Amino acid sequence: MDDVKDVILKYVIEEYGDEDHVITNETPLISGGLVDSFSMVSLKRFLEVKYKISIPDEDASPEAFDSVNKIADLVKRFIS
Amino acid sequence: MSNIGSYEERLKNFDWSIAEKELGYKEGEVINIGWYCSDRICKMGNGDKTALLWENALGEEKRYTYNDIRVFSNSIATFLRRLGLKNEDRVCLFMDRIPELYIGLVGILKIGAIAQPLFSAFGDESLFIRLENAGTSAIITQRKHALKVRKIINRLPDLKHVIIVDHDGIKELKEKEIAFSMEAERVEELELFPTKAESPSLLHYTSGTTGMPKGVQHVHYSLISQYLTAKWVLDITEHDIYWCTADPGWVTGTSYGIIAPWALGVTQCVLDSGFSAEIWYRFIQKYKVTVWYSAPTAIRSLMKAGDQVVRQFDLSCLRHLISVGEPLNAEAVVWSEKVFGLPFHDSYWQTETGSIMITNFPGMKIRPGSMGKPFPGITCTVVKPETFEPIHEPGVIGLIAFRPGWPAMMRTYWKNEETYNGKFKNGWYLPGDRARIDTDGYFWFIGRDDDIINTAGHLVSPFEVESALLEHPAVAESAVVSKPDEINMEVVKAFVTLKPEFTVSEELELDIMNFIRRKLSSLAMPQEVEYVDSLPKTRSGKIMRRLLHAKEWGEEIGDVSTLEND
Repeated sequence: MDDVKDVILKYVIEEYGDEDHVITNETPLISGGLVDSFSMVSLKRFLEVKYKISIPDEDASPEAFDSVNKIADLVKRFIS
Repeated sequence: MSNIGSYEERLKNFDWSIAEKELGYKEGEVINIGWYCSDRICKMGNGDKTALLWENALGEEKRYTYNDIRVFSNSIATFLRRLGLKNEDRVCLFMDRIPELYIGLVGILKIGAIAQPLFSAFGDESLFIRLENAGTSAIITQRKHALKVRKIINRLPDLKHVIIVDHDGIKELKEKEIAFSMEAERVEELELFPTKAESPSLLHYTSGTTGMPKGVQHVHYSLISQYLTAKWVLDITEHDIYWCTADPGWVTGTSYGIIAPWALGVTQCVLDSGFSAEIWYRFIQKYKVTVWYSAPTAIRSLMKAGDQVVRQFDLSCLRHLISVGEPLNAEAVVWSEKVFGLPFHDSYWQTETGSIMITNFPGMKIRPGSMGKPFPGITCTVVKPETFEPIHEPGVIGLIAFRPGWPAMMRTYWKNEETYNGKFKNGWYLPGDRARIDTDGYFWFIGRDDDIINTAGHLVSPFEVESALLEHPAVAESAVVSKPDEINMEVVKAFVTLKPEFTVSEELELDIMNFIRRKLSSLAMPQEVEYVDSLPKTRSGKIMRRLLHAKEWGEEIGDVSTLEND
């Protein structure tokens, strides 16, 4: 299941990273200002498309999306 | 007792000279916002007072006194002059909420140049459009944002200098890039450029319905409005700790996040971090914020986070709360009174007005959901859309209209006099919003009078997004409207038709969304892309956004007699 983390981390680095910031699985994404609430929508969509899941809005909180680790935990809940 | 005292008494005796006298300004004399925000406070004996308490997402903290603001803004001003920059040159500020952004604006104004703040989340195309239109000479930015500048610099012949404030001294600087460290040198003396009341000060870009963004040009005399509205509406005093959560890429972040609080000599806080309820409440508690100016989207997000998290913090320091950006719903006012013991006071204004126009004043009974009443000295009504004559019957919806002439009123749209002139009808300035007035004179917001999308308090032009969508390889046609959103009030939705060689897929939708986010900004990114076979058009071929908007909002679609395929 570490694949999930790797996939999410790769996507996050590609879409939100820059050469000055090292993004790891623990990096605060929302509270750290790397991903804003608007961008969170496309991140959520990526997860839903990639893993063919549907994440209810009530589960897609800023806290649940605040790091790759937390996102991976969330995704794993919905992967059957 | 609040600063304004009795609103009714202020109405009787009002004159903008109240602010002129308090600021020691006389007509015809030099007035420079940069000087008022720093040197004047020091001359008053408050040089050692804290002007800025800053913290970022990593927990790093900085503190600047008014004397620091004075010498570091001198440092920036001197550096700009050495580069050959002079009065009325446009200097863009393109940074996160770091101290250089706030102090940089003061420095730019001191040399009489025009500060052009832009939201650092803008993508390279949004940046290009605004820099090209302004003919910007220099941009002050950070390493990470310089990457966006590099993509477009060859298309910007007027841009001579890219000033990087956090260069590590290691990575190679590209053409036109130059490193600058604000705190490397304390410049005690600076010859101030003698700007006058009508000298240009700021250029803020705002979205247009049918054209590209417009540069709203303000002048140094705007200080008069900004100072007095901050004093009477935000109610800030010398003892307050003030927090304006707006980014200086937008007008609230300059008028009330830099100019007004520093002209009043107040200690203000800045948090350069992403949003979370815990982070914000902890920040208020830590710095003992007393006056808090925020936005409905943030307030609704705090509501969503729940009441329990509020109780984890001691927020008893708060004494006055104000909101701006979009209409503040009644539920948010009631909620804030419940959890903070204080209601949020809604305020209404826009980039073009430069300062607060209609508001719920301290000490005045709030009608939750209402915009409040006009600021003293502001003549405001609602007018009929057909004749632009004032509506005298209470409760009838019309266009909000202001009599021009207050100090912070924009002076023009940059290189766009025709559009500027079009904002005035029958002697009124029309901000493009609809409202009604009740029997007691309270204004109630109804909605925009055009297609502009107000998402989280930021205006997004459907035209700009549609234009960008057409650059995506799969998109043949596009139409962009708002759709309702519980937190942000409105978000962007795109309708697209695809080129024949492309097929509908979720992956393509995601690709289109990210394409717009990178090119324009996350605010402009469609939160939903709907594929359609064709877009509704008039017989002359113009896309009828109105029909798509009505569908999203569950409204009557109205007259469709001009529809092409009816």
